[in-house]
Amino acid sequence: PGGGRITNEPERVRSRLLVTGVVQGVGFRPFVYALARELGLSGQVGNTAAGVVAEVEGSAAAVTAFGDRVRTDAPPLAVVRTVTPQPVPALGGTEFVILDSIAGPGRTLVSPDVATCADCLAEFADPSDRRYRHPFISCTNCGPRFTIITGLPYDRPATTMAHFPLCPDCAREYSDPADRRFHAQPIACPACGPRLNLVQPGHETAYDEDALATAHRLLVDGAILAVKGLGGFHLVCDAADEAVVTTLRKRKDRGDKPFAVMAADLDMARRIAEVDAAEEELLTGIRHPIVLLRRRAGAAVAEAVAPGNPDLGVMLPYTPLHQLLFDQPGPCVLVMTSGNLSGEPIVTSDHAARSRLSGLADAWLGHDRPIHVPCDDSVVRIVDETELPVRRSRGYAPFPIDLPRPVRPALAVGGDLKNTFCVGDGQYAWLSAHVGDMDDLATLRAFDGAELHLEQLTGVRPEVLVTDKHPSYRSRQWAVLNAAGRPVVGVQHHHAHLASVMAEHRYDGDRVIGFAFDGTGYGDDGAVWGGEVLLAGYDGFDRHAHLKYVQLPGGDAGVRNPCRMALSHLKAAGIGWDPRLPSYLACAGPEHDLLVTQLDRDIACAPTSSMGRLFDAVSSLAGVCHRAGYEAQAAIELEGLASVEAGLGAYEFAIEGEEIDPAPVLAGVVRDVLSGVSPGVVSARFHQGLAELMVSVAERVRDAEGLSTVALSGGVFVNRVLLSATTRALSAAGFTVLRHRRVPPTDAGLALGQLAVAASQR
Amino acid sequence: MGHGGGGQMSAELIEHLFVPAFANPVLGGLTDSAVFTLGDARLAFSTDSFVVQPLFFPGGSIGHLAVNGTVNDLAMSGAQAAYLSCGFILEEGVELSVVGRIAADLGGAAELAGVTIATGDTKVVDAGHGDGVYINTAGVGLVPAGVDIRPQRAAPGDVVLVSGQIGVHGIAIMSVREGISFGTEVVSDCAPLNGLVAAMLAVTNDLHVLRDPTRGGVATSLNEIAKAAGVGIELTESALPVPEAVANACSFLGLDPLYVANEGKLLAIVAREDGDAVLAGMRAHPLGADAAVIGECVAAHPGMVVTKTAFGATRVVDTPIGEQLPRIC
Ligand SMILES: [Fe+3]
Ligand SMILES: [Mg+2]
Ligand SMILES: [Zn+2]
Ligand SMILES: [Zn+2]
Repeated sequence: PGGGRITNEPERVRSRLLVTGVVQGVGFRPFVYALARELGLSGQVGNTAAGVVAEVEGSAAAVTAFGDRVRTDAPPLAVVRTVTPQPVPALGGTEFVILDSIAGPGRTLVSPDVATCADCLAEFADPSDRRYRHPFISCTNCGPRFTIITGLPYDRPATTMAHFPLCPDCAREYSDPADRRFHAQPIACPACGPRLNLVQPGHETAYDEDALATAHRLLVDGAILAVKGLGGFHLVCDAADEAVVTTLRKRKDRGDKPFAVMAADLDMARRIAEVDAAEEELLTGIRHPIVLLRRRAGAAVAEAVAPGNPDLGVMLPYTPLHQLLFDQPGPCVLVMTSGNLSGEPIVTSDHAARSRLSGLADAWLGHDRPIHVPCDDSVVRIVDETELPVRRSRGYAPFPIDLPRPVRPALAVGGDLKNTFCVGDGQYAWLSAHVGDMDDLATLRAFDGAELHLEQLTGVRPEVLVTDKHPSYRSRQWAVLNAAGRPVVGVQHHHAHLASVMAEHRYDGDRVIGFAFDGTGYGDDGAVWGGEVLLAGYDGFDRHAHLKYVQLPGGDAGVRNPCRMALSHLKAAGIGWDPRLPSYLACAGPEHDLLVTQLDRDIACAPTSSMGRLFDAVSSLAGVCHRAGYEAQAAIELEGLASVEAGLGAYEFAIEGEEIDPAPVLAGVVRDVLSGVSPGVVSARFHQGLAELMVSVAERVRDAEGLSTVALSGGVFVNRVLLSATTRALSAAGFTVLRHRRVPPTDAGLALGQLAVAASQR
Repeated sequence: MGHGGGGQMSAELIEHLFVPAFANPVLGGLTDSAVFTLGDARLAFSTDSFVVQPLFFPGGSIGHLAVNGTVNDLAMSGAQAAYLSCGFILEEGVELSVVGRIAADLGGAAELAGVTIATGDTKVVDAGHGDGVYINTAGVGLVPAGVDIRPQRAAPGDVVLVSGQIGVHGIAIMSVREGISFGTEVVSDCAPLNGLVAAMLAVTNDLHVLRDPTRGGVATSLNEIAKAAGVGIELTESALPVPEAVANACSFLGLDPLYVANEGKLLAIVAREDGDAVLAGMRAHPLGADAAVIGECVAAHPGMVVTKTAFGATRVVDTPIGEQLPRIC
């Protein structure tokens, strides 16, 4: 079928189809229009509270084809859940009409920002096209959305494009239902669109092609540029130039934390890192996140880009302006890191960019299309061909997550590090874009703004606020201050982690055997939890088992110094501090003496069951990392070294009642390290030991309670080696495994779980 | 122990249990001492109890603290302490020589501060019902005419000064109590501040706020002021006078010097135009030699204290809640 013509055939049928799922704000009505025309159908399409309703009329074959293809050919951002056809009397007529949205209780969902599409890229590269090399080319299928919306309904006047009136050519495209730019709010062209500018202290501002040429020359000369992207400014420099990358690192007060890079194209990405099929799809897909890839030996990327890290965070150009940065001979891989001061949120306004980034950038490549909402780049890892979100932001937010159980209108404020928050109502939850670490004043302000904006976009009016139980979390304090009489409900940290992975899978069965492994979370007994086995449902949990408590010397100081954690773990395990151990050597002199006193007298030590700290200890004992300059550095480096050889064996944990004792693991590590076993083998045995531990704990629960679904959450499960080994072992033992694929396992996904626990309704 | 830590739990205890029970206008101010008129005199009146362990530490003893604590509380209203009361609660079995040393320290501290111990009391409790020696002191003093010092007077534009190096007392106590050394010996800064305040009042009697940042440290005191006055306070991290030994100890123990107790330091908030003169006046006094301007009051973020870091970011400094717990994940 298809390609038919409207004729006066006698057997015309008409069908009304209700399409549910995420089908609004994703270009669905123009898609339906185009599909109906292609199939020679008449009728109409509109948005209702229940979903998109299309009425199509024509030959029976064409109507059936429509019903199939409305699902299979849906726009890239749409998620079609159900298509329910219902026959209605034929009305005749030849027209197909797009109805205006019916105002009312229905929700217009706002699309995330989408990377430049192939059609636009083709026009962009075509010298005869009127948008040849236009830095703001976009269409219904691509371009900015979320970051430029100032209000609803989503229409050009309610975007930051409001002050760019369409020229006659653009206006024609905008109002033609058959055009790819029909009702595409951000469209523009060189005649009517925004303009590029380049600001360089001591020079006149340059515009358009001059701005580009200057920017390009500066990059070649080893300068650092602030470049305005979709959701904020980036700091940009040549990734192959050791000197300039080192300078950027110093200016940003960045420690050893890796920088992301942008490669000119897929070929270039392949030259610096290994890219498998799933990774290629992600790199080149509609979202264009940063993908964590294995760095190739000898890649032409400065060591200072990601010191000591086996991975490289790589993305491809996702705006036309990015394309233009690569279209002349010059750097083929650019460092692209958030334009912000250490600890602050990403900078979005030209004004803030000039002032806040004045000590960081040498010049500013910007334009006059304002960014209304900050949105950082997303970060994703592929594990066993499946997406594992590390940061869910641009391209994903504010895409809704459909919930297993309806929720009452609620706001969950998330955690304090890598904060995201979540609003929910009925079937949907909206997890915010990355906000940041809540100990910074500018981040708290950004939280205020983002929270207000997301409430506006979604129309959710929260009746209850949900927080972590940590008494010092600023997110919790924010909720208490902003409650205005509404109840504030606390949810235990690891319970929220597990509920987040359950919710994203729309899981609503028996309690799960939940492994919540992370660095730090406030426990119900006031201790620092983090190696938890919880038998969890949305309505509550039992703490089935946990890592045995050990002293965390000096709280945050213990976190920053894995060698101290190693020695604390040895002490708890009753293992002597052999002076040949790398951890002992790293913690010598006065530090050693202080630590001895501190542990003996329990000064400023918190009891912890943290799995993250056990990773720190093993990493240090193996001689991999003694001081953590950024979050989870010791664990990341330990994972990176893990030998992939099979049959290396595993360290064994002892399980006594509800305590999981790592003493035999530590004894094994010490034995191996002292006898010269390589860190890669130690790492492999440790990871395998954890996987085997989890299987035996899960089997014990299955035998006793009959549960068979395992949920994995918490920051430790960003670890690809562990996640992969664990999933394999648990699946082989017959368990159903729920692991993260839509929200991060870290605290960046916490808010979804908080919401699912505290606002679920039966 | 959280309720005695001087942080948010203490504040809640006072606000929710004590203030309503004693409701009266003099108590309402939540300052270290009460200021009221009795006959023709404007008096400041204050009381404090001392339960420190150990009883003796480098730079002082519970006896010094008992005098200086109350003298300083009065001084923070601008008052010169005149008379003190002193109550001892002794645990059965405590050595007489210990009590004698403490009494001598008390007398010596009173003489140094120029205050008279006018009345006293002693009780003995059963062994196991006390920590050796508890002391309560109360004091009265006259507030000079024209002086109006209270937290509510902090206003946007005012500058924030500190009289010297911070965090010293808390670290000194910890190093003797726990037998832990951080390189050079840290000696408590325990001292009477009435002389320094008199020197400052000689520069201008329009000091807006004075506070001795004892338990809970500079962070807790400034948070109380910011909330009482409805102003924001912005500190400059690089301007904070933190001695190296304190910085080392704090970085080792995962503490922030802003939260560590002081016993001989004051915070002052004065109009910007008086800032230089007051600073000079403080530096001319032996207890203010290391005085520094550490920040300012701002109209933005009322009720909130923040620190500007060397890299220009702005970190929030809250009131600690009970014990310090790690927030790093
Ligand atoms: Fe966590
Ligand atoms: Mg006091
Ligand atoms: Zn496009
Ligand atoms: Zn145009």
